[in-house]
Amino acid sequence: MSTERREVTPINYLNATTGWKSWLFTTDHKRIAVLYLISITVFFILGGIFASLMRLELTTPQGDMFSSDTYNKLFTMHGVVMIFFFLIPSIPATLGNFLIPMMVGARDLAFPKVNLLSWYLYIAGGIFALAAILAGGVDTGWTFYTPYSTTYSNAYVMPAVVGVFIAGFSSILTGLNFIVTVHKMRAPGMTWGRLPLFVWSMYATSLIQVLGTPVIAITLALVGLERVFHVGIFDPAIGGDPILFQHMFWFYSHPAVYIMILPGMGVISEVVGCFSRKRPFGYSFIAGSSLAIAVLGFLVWGHHMFVTGQSMYASMVFSMLSFLVAVPSAIKVFNWTATMYKGSVSYNTPMLYAFGFIGLFTIGGLTGLMLATLAVDVHVTRTYFVVAHFHYVMVGGMVMAYLGGLHFWWPKITGRMYPEIWARIAAAITFVGFNLTFGPQFLLGYMGMVRRYHSYAPEFQPLNVLSSAGASILAVGYAIPFVYFLWSLTKGEKAPSNPWGAKGLEWETASPPPTFNFDHTPVVTEPAYAYAKEEEVHVG
Amino acid sequence: MPEYHLLPDAAAVSATAYDYLWWYEVGIAAIMTALIFAGVFYFAIRYRRRSEADAPPMIEGSRFLEITWSVIPFLVMLTFFFWGAALYFRSQSPPPDAMNVYVVAKQWMWKVQYPNGVREINELHVPVGRPVKLTMASEDVIHSFFVPAFRLKRDVVPGRYNQMWFTATKPGRYHLFCAEYCGTEHSGMIGWVTVMEPKDFQNWLVSGGGEGSMASQGQKLFQQYGCSTCHLFDEQGRCPNLKGMYGSRVLLSDGRTVVADEAYIRESILDPNAKIVAGFSRDIMPTFQGVLNEEQVLELTEYIKSLAETHGGIFTDVQTGPTAGGGRGGSIANAGQGSLDTRGTSMTNQPPRPEANAQAQDATQPPAPLATSAGTGGKR
Repeated sequence: MSTERREVTPINYLNATTGWKSWLFTTDHKRIAVLYLISITVFFILGGIFASLMRLELTTPQGDMFSSDTYNKLFTMHGVVMIFFFLIPSIPATLGNFLIPMMVGARDLAFPKVNLLSWYLYIAGGIFALAAILAGGVDTGWTFYTPYSTTYSNAYVMPAVVGVFIAGFSSILTGLNFIVTVHKMRAPGMTWGRLPLFVWSMYATSLIQVLGTPVIAITLALVGLERVFHVGIFDPAIGGDPILFQHMFWFYSHPAVYIMILPGMGVISEVVGCFSRKRPFGYSFIAGSSLAIAVLGFLVWGHHMFVTGQSMYASMVFSMLSFLVAVPSAIKVFNWTATMYKGSVSYNTPMLYAFGFIGLFTIGGLTGLMLATLAVDVHVTRTYFVVAHFHYVMVGGMVMAYLGGLHFWWPKITGRMYPEIWARIAAAITFVGFNLTFGPQFLLGYMGMVRRYHSYAPEFQPLNVLSSAGASILAVGYAIPFVYFLWSLTKGEKAPSNPWGAKGLEWETASPPPTFNFDHTPVVTEPAYAYAKEEEVHVG
Repeated sequence: MPEYHLLPDAAAVSATAYDYLWWYEVGIAAIMTALIFAGVFYFAIRYRRRSEADAPPMIEGSRFLEITWSVIPFLVMLTFFFWGAALYFRSQSPPPDAMNVYVVAKQWMWKVQYPNGVREINELHVPVGRPVKLTMASEDVIHSFFVPAFRLKRDVVPGRYNQMWFTATKPGRYHLFCAEYCGTEHSGMIGWVTVMEPKDFQNWLVSGGGEGSMASQGQKLFQQYGCSTCHLFDEQGRCPNLKGMYGSRVLLSDGRTVVADEAYIRESILDPNAKIVAGFSRDIMPTFQGVLNEEQVLELTEYIKSLAETHGGIFTDVQTGPTAGGGRGGSIANAGQGSLDTRGTSMTNQPPRPEANAQAQDATQPPAPLATSAGTGGKR
């Protein structure tokens, strides 16, 4: 049976060559995307294990499961792994790598070898991070605040810092590759106005990666310089300024939040359009808002520092700009909703994840407005309110979008369908588990529970138990897709080239695509998302 | 059994003001969430796919709608901004008559000292209805002074003073948390803020403080480290005389003018060359970085402040200082340092003393011979 099937399978990027060398030395953007997919999944599981252990510890107010040092290392490594080795590469390095050349009608990225290099850099960075973990862990928090990280911590700070430093170059090279590809490799007729919204969001993301990541590299290099050679940069005892570190760190790390969320927004634009059979409402506003976020995102870093003692007037400017950056995000949410108007909405799994994204990102965004309000921030910053806020954006938003996108393009990537029923169940479980995990944390934050606390005041226990219970449901929601995705690789129904009736060049080639994506260079003759038969334009 | 609440206590003027803004924003956020959820659900159900042959119309978009749903939310956000900024502005502007309390954070404890010399650890006692200003320094890493019941938080950053102020409104005991991750025992760097009726507070305040006021401690240091030689009695004009200096505008050698506040005094002690007063030379004064700890710097600051407040009278004090101070060399500082911890710890078990006795000394008046002697007597 299976031999018969293999005989009729046409040549595609997966079976064109075989052997481990054909994967580890590949320059095919699709194979590199698969390499990334496997590696970030490993890190996601690792980060998830750290999170589970934390939630287990937090079921009781006493720090009775781990020592304080162990707990501090758990949250640090959860943050470092999830942010630098999962969230930042997640959609760009997997779906972006896989889809951007196909979406613009190219055979590969502009620099295929650089693309492979960026994966190796990611792996090298990951090995340093794993070495830090295996050697005994890091306890600085993922933010590496000075002078704790440079002078006081006795943990393995340097391997972790070197790991993040190296992984940053992977991010820079990926961004560079995407920018050049979008500029130079578009197929005939693929004008800027016809680019899929996913490409627009990835383009904006890449700008941040290229412009922002060098700053974190510099910052971490200075941390190394101070920690190893005692050059006074951040530690006031040797003439440095600890607040300078925070400025430099957040100058990258706030835009990095948009590196994490913009690609997710791109996925949602694709998914909502496809499963509504509609061109996304306000195409140019969605595309433009991605660029606006990329630009404005660089101007708001000081909102992480309202209570540090930075100038009151600087805080006011940062607060105002933070409200401004919320406008393009709001535009996207309204447009996704409006896209369904007069559409033909189906409830396939990717669309369920998109619903989840819109709802959870809305809550994450609105609580972000509360944090941008100066006086409100003073009370809830550094508490579980902030933890809940950014998990609503990063997990409720980004991970939902990532899973939605993975389901959406899984048939294209693997040539197999996932089991729809199980996938819908998993999406529902994820949504419930997520809200149960992070919803109570908003309340905990307002009540005053500080983040990164190993033990806590007894009155915070009930909500913590609820949160831990939710985390166990969330874990089930993530485990189910892991199982059926693996199952589908061999047992899944064979996927047609366009199972969703979607628009876009990637759906016009086989599933899985041939090594060079298209048999002939495609020529684009219609606008993006031309779902409607005739050009019937309504102005609402 | 712990009591479970869903709302934190509100025990300061700032907390009540905060909660109005908080609930306003929660309300707006709830309305927005409801609108978007309703829109998603309504459209998803109303326009669900009825047939595989569905062919929805092409809708490009609407500039009018885009502008509407950009501008209206932004206008609402502006109310968040202005309201939040106004409260923030107030929280950054302590009233001039606020009672001074000094806080030094170190891994992993809060040391609190009152100008009259009373010290506490992981405890802060304040009266109802009176503005209290905390001047905070860190001995090591960044900490953050967070009192949820006041809705206030301020980082305590090494190398500088950060200030926060509040007016407590409700007697009781409230959590004090360190809110910035500071190492192994971060979650153990907690304590209590006790808000007391003014009369109880004054009784409590005069019953502590065994070592004399902060200013008198600072005076001893001033003698011990030889500061007085140049800064009070110098005839040759090597160093600026510090009498009346605090709070004045100081002209610097590079032409700038600075107000001589706590931060300026601290910097001048730890990094004397950072700002040179006009007419004086660099490299005359040695640095005291690594010599004095933050508590000693604060005591010196209190003393220098007292030089401004009490005019000529302090001169006699200074001259009698060495005799009153007793032992010389490092022993005074060490004694003060060593007794700090034990005193602080025992203070925490000291219940507020409701029975009124001697009239309370105003805590903002640094030299408080009466209060301290009475306090010492009461204590021992």
